[in-house]
Amino acid sequence: MIIATIMMAGAEATSHAPAGITLNFTQILYGLRVLIAGAAILVGLFFLLAGTLGVLRLPDFYTRIHAAGMTDTLGAELILLGLMVQSGFSQMTLKLLFVAFFLLLTGPTATHAVANAAYRAGLKPQLGPYRAPDVDTIRKAGRPGL
Amino acid sequence: MLEGMGYFNLAAAFFILVSMGLMLGRLLGGPTLYDRLLAVNSFGTKTVLFLCIFCFVIGRPDGVDIAILYALMNFIATIAVLKFFAYRALDVSLLGDPSPAPSLPEDQT
Repeated sequence: MIIATIMMAGAEATSHAPAGITLNFTQILYGLRVLIAGAAILVGLFFLLAGTLGVLRLPDFYTRIHAAGMTDTLGAELILLGLMVQSGFSQMTLKLLFVAFFLLLTGPTATHAVANAAYRAGLKPQLGPYRAPDVDTIRKAGRPGL
Repeated sequence: MLEGMGYFNLAAAFFILVSMGLMLGRLLGGPTLYDRLLAVNSFGTKTVLFLCIFCFVIGRPDGVDIAILYALMNFIATIAVLKFFAYRALDVSLLGDPSPAPSLPEDQT
């Protein structure tokens, strides 16, 4: 009902708006939607890049799982939230809500399953203080320090 | 759909593509099997996001259905591959005898 009132007010503001520089109500709503969607997608992309770099650079399997789980939950949900704000009230919003729900349900479950399988198969985590790989050893082995 | 967000969505889709390409590095060079599986799972999630954004870019809302399908299939494929590598068979009932899986050797890659 509040949304219907806002929409009616917006339509009235458009019909009576003078042609000038002043923003009417629908333009303000449009700007707010662009702002919210852009901010959500940008923050989601930041989390996506952080998770990817974490999976690439962290030293151990059990630490890489942390970065991958962050990508699967927060980054994906924020990007889908931004897309939902962009699409407005339509059929697409419901589908995006389904995608967000499935990702929220299956992402942590899959991450937990991978971690549990690795633990049961006997993969040992690196314990103790972290030591950076020696540059000379890497150079002699001929591998880039990935 | 907002009309002015087209280039922003295109840039976001390109960013996700770059991120998927970076994830291929861990997929190809992961030391253990579980690193590769983690990279495949994360790659699938990024594929779902890329499909959703690309539908907005080209203005056709059909691809979100494919994204739903891909999200479900990614999860099932991860669980199936994990079960296969734990038991070396897929017709093992997980409900009955809770005996631990046979442990793999330490240098399993």
